[in-house]
Amino acid sequence: MASRTAFAQWLHHAADSDIWWSFKSSATTVVAAVVTFLIIAMAFLAPVLAPHTPFDPGTLSLSDGLKPPVLVSPDGDWSFPLGTDDQGRDVLSSIMYGTRLSLIVGFASVVVALVLGIAAGLISGYFGGSIDAVIMRIADVQLTFPAILVALLIDGLVRGLISSERHDEIATFVIIGAIGLSFWVQYARTVRGSVLVEKNKEYVQAARVIGLSPAVIMVRHVLPNVTGPVLVIATINLGLAIITEATLSFLGVGLPSTQPSLGTLIRLGNDLLQSGEWWIVVFPGITLAALVLAVNLLGDWLRDALNPKLR
Amino acid sequence: MATGRSVSNNAPLLEVRHLRVEFPTRRGTLLAVDDVSFEIAAGEVLGVVGESGAGKSLTGNAIIGLLEPPGRVAGGEIRLEGRRIDTLPYEEMRKVRGAMMGAIFQDPLTCLNPLYSIGRQLVETIQTHLPLPAGQARKRAIDLLKEVGIPGAEQRFDHYPHQFSGGMRQRVVIALALCAGPKLIVADEPTTALDVSIQAQVIALLKRLCREHGTAVMLVTHDMGVIAETADRVAVMYAGRVAEIGPVREVIKQAKHPYTKGLMGSIPSLGHRADRLTQIDGAMPRLTEIPKGCAFNPRCGQRGLRCLVERPNLMTAGGSLAACWLHDRQGVGGAVAGELADA
Amino acid sequence: MPDGTPPFVHIEGLKRHFDVSPPWLVRLLERRGRQIVQAVDGIDIDIAKGETFSLVGESGCGKSTVARLVVGLYGPTAGHITFDGNDIGQRRGRTQTSALRRRLQMIFQDPYASLNPRWRVFDIIAEPIRAFGLAVDKADLEKQVGDLLRQVRLTPADGRKYPHEFSGGQRQRVSIARALASRPEFLVCDEPTSALDVSVQAQILNLMMDLQRRFGLTYLFISHNLAVVYHISTRVGVMYLGRLVEQAPTDTLFKRPKHPYTRMLLDTIPDLDLTGRQRVPVAGEVPSPINPPSGCSFHPRCPFANERCKRERPQLLPIEGGAVACHAIEEKRLTIEERSYANAR
Repeated sequence: MASRTAFAQWLHHAADSDIWWSFKSSATTVVAAVVTFLIIAMAFLAPVLAPHTPFDPGTLSLSDGLKPPVLVSPDGDWSFPLGTDDQGRDVLSSIMYGTRLSLIVGFASVVVALVLGIAAGLISGYFGGSIDAVIMRIADVQLTFPAILVALLIDGLVRGLISSERHDEIATFVIIGAIGLSFWVQYARTVRGSVLVEKNKEYVQAARVIGLSPAVIMVRHVLPNVTGPVLVIATINLGLAIITEATLSFLGVGLPSTQPSLGTLIRLGNDLLQSGEWWIVVFPGITLAALVLAVNLLGDWLRDALNPKLR
Repeated sequence: MATGRSVSNNAPLLEVRHLRVEFPTRRGTLLAVDDVSFEIAAGEVLGVVGESGAGKSLTGNAIIGLLEPPGRVAGGEIRLEGRRIDTLPYEEMRKVRGAMMGAIFQDPLTCLNPLYSIGRQLVETIQTHLPLPAGQARKRAIDLLKEVGIPGAEQRFDHYPHQFSGGMRQRVVIALALCAGPKLIVADEPTTALDVSIQAQVIALLKRLCREHGTAVMLVTHDMGVIAETADRVAVMYAGRVAEIGPVREVIKQAKHPYTKGLMGSIPSLGHRADRLTQIDGAMPRLTEIPKGCAFNPRCGQRGLRCLVERPNLMTAGGSLAACWLHDRQGVGGAVAGELADA
Repeated sequence: MPDGTPPFVHIEGLKRHFDVSPPWLVRLLERRGRQIVQAVDGIDIDIAKGETFSLVGESGCGKSTVARLVVGLYGPTAGHITFDGNDIGQRRGRTQTSALRRRLQMIFQDPYASLNPRWRVFDIIAEPIRAFGLAVDKADLEKQVGDLLRQVRLTPADGRKYPHEFSGGQRQRVSIARALASRPEFLVCDEPTSALDVSVQAQILNLMMDLQRRFGLTYLFISHNLAVVYHISTRVGVMYLGRLVEQAPTDTLFKRPKHPYTRMLLDTIPDLDLTGRQRVPVAGEVPSPINPPSGCSFHPRCPFANERCKRERPQLLPIEGGAVACHAIEEKRLTIEERSYANAR
């Protein structure tokens, strides 16, 4: 009972908050949120919703190959509403499973970048001195390379170190790590900047007077006060991470075609574009564009909503 | 005269009547300045005191037409030399502000552009408002710097704001405010950011300028000491309204409003040391929670039933005006249940 | 100070210098040397148990640095601080350090910055109790926090709120409650009322005086407001550019000020009693502590300065129960005048 009233109270607070109000008053944001939610729901409910399991070779039949989407051609087949590719895989189902992979890789690599970046930024900002100098110089150097190049480099390194079958098995983790490592700098710099401001505030000094250890002060006092701007960047970077993964997969160094993400689908479809089978590349492309656009719009809104100066 | 002005032989320079400033928020409109009226005569220093959130700075900003949106003047009128200025379009108001009014703020750095030398800023301001050729404008700028007591004005003319100390910067800001020879200066906490020894210098400067040029000053501050030394009359603000207004001696020595009394008592003074300072319990209400009746009633030791329901307007109380039922013929009404009425 | 018994707090030869030099490369390219701010430049203070010692001075005089040195937020460049016989700067075991820290707490200036905005008031006040392990169980913790809130005239129910739900004065009460939570004996108060409105300032000062009487607290009180200092202090030290120029029992300091700087500060107190006394504006401003003037650092602003003042730095010499660092007083060039203040209001 007590927990229910607490929840009701929380709900009431949330519905009354400025964030919710600014969310409601922006139609673009609401649409973006709905689109994001629909795409996420579609992706994670793929095993339930998808009409086919496109990457189970047992269910495929080459006779279903290269069927056009039903709405544009009388040759369409209602069991493959968005058509099929040359292997007879259902494009709609491929997109659903592909989006799921893209989202997982996107989220996971953002989390990796977040954890790395926040840790580096906290340590750098709080301790300063030579630790700060070392971390920030590494960050500076990395910033001079485009993120995609860093990810390519890391992926290439791993490929050089392990066999190709082994690489296919752990491809998802490699790509998550590669993207995560190429995005940590921005978080580290932002967190460091906020920490430099926060650590001189009197509440941190009060904690030091009590004699708390630097680790405790960083985690319990400083961290909660520097997460706002970082979460905004994380939201915007989610779109970027998804695109990066798609780019890598499109270039053929990302996820293998046995576990295709949206990027892999676009690469596969791209080969058939010349012969007129446009639907294999266009639908995954639209999904990717819609997802990234919606996520970026949400990120923009969050940035404005959390920044009192812009209100 | 009913407004308790000390200089009453000519028409007022500035007249503020029933001024209301409001802030629309999504939870409703907040009334930050509520029915404020006062006037300032030429050459007079009116001190406006109050605690943070009393509406004193907003009143000042409304007069110089620099209310930060979404704040807006929602009622009443402001007249400068008889001309209504609160309804002027932005460009018109900008001209009036430059030629007739000067502004000084708490932090001198907000008034100065860090990228230009102070000389350039002064000359630009002078030329915007006065038709002077460059050479004469420069001469006037140097004269102004000399007048506000900047040593070596010629050499410092080309210095940048960061090369000045806090006290010197505030002098530069005063020089900027004086560029066009204004009739009124609105000074918002001009000494708050300064050290005590520098405060005294800046106050002495303001007083001298006022005397020599006949410039009127609206001095907004929370520092009663600054008011006591500088102002001719004082308006005490509380929760967006004027609680008391009158000659400085009267207000300080014989405060009429219980809030003013408490405020004066809570200022630590030298000479007698007590175990406790006089204190007013509680805090000024937030704008969202202004009580019914007299806004001060929850903190007032002399309140009666009438104070809980009926809001007092300014009424004559000795040589001042006070918004308190104690000075009404019918008084504060019966005692509030559970409280003993003061004798 | 009675002889024999060691003072409760003893500060000796305390110095703290800050290196504000530009980075190494810039120094090399522009051929500039290191720049050192002598924020605190040799200070001796003794504070007796149960008294309030105030440090006054203008911004940049080093008074806040002294406060931070005493609570250990900065390490001293030189000198010692002993607290009840224990040297604070000395390295020792964790438990001993912790035991010392418990007895010595701080109240900060800005009530808007001194409370973590993401924490509930209960957790803010409970933090020292938890850190020093002063509560036996959860119920005890709740009781202690509730008592603390009541002691600072708030209610236990206020513990559930966040700092932004309070006014400045209420926040400063929370800050005081947190400082009291570890049951300290010595409180360092860094301008605790300067961010508050006057009517609230009176509330906080009264509260601090009540708490001192009730718990026998010792205060080191930092302020730039002489009138506030007059009301709260037992003894007062006046700082100028990192040094103590005068210290004396409160009444002596205000009635018979000796150092020209002390007199100047007293002259700048606004005259609320409208006695017609004019504030005497003193020429000049506080010089930069990077290159303090030679000899007595006040000499460029001092009307009584002579050649010796420019050359030789005056030592703090005992006089009338206090001490003053001034050649003019020592040579009896400057007479000590009695000051009176209008009593009635």
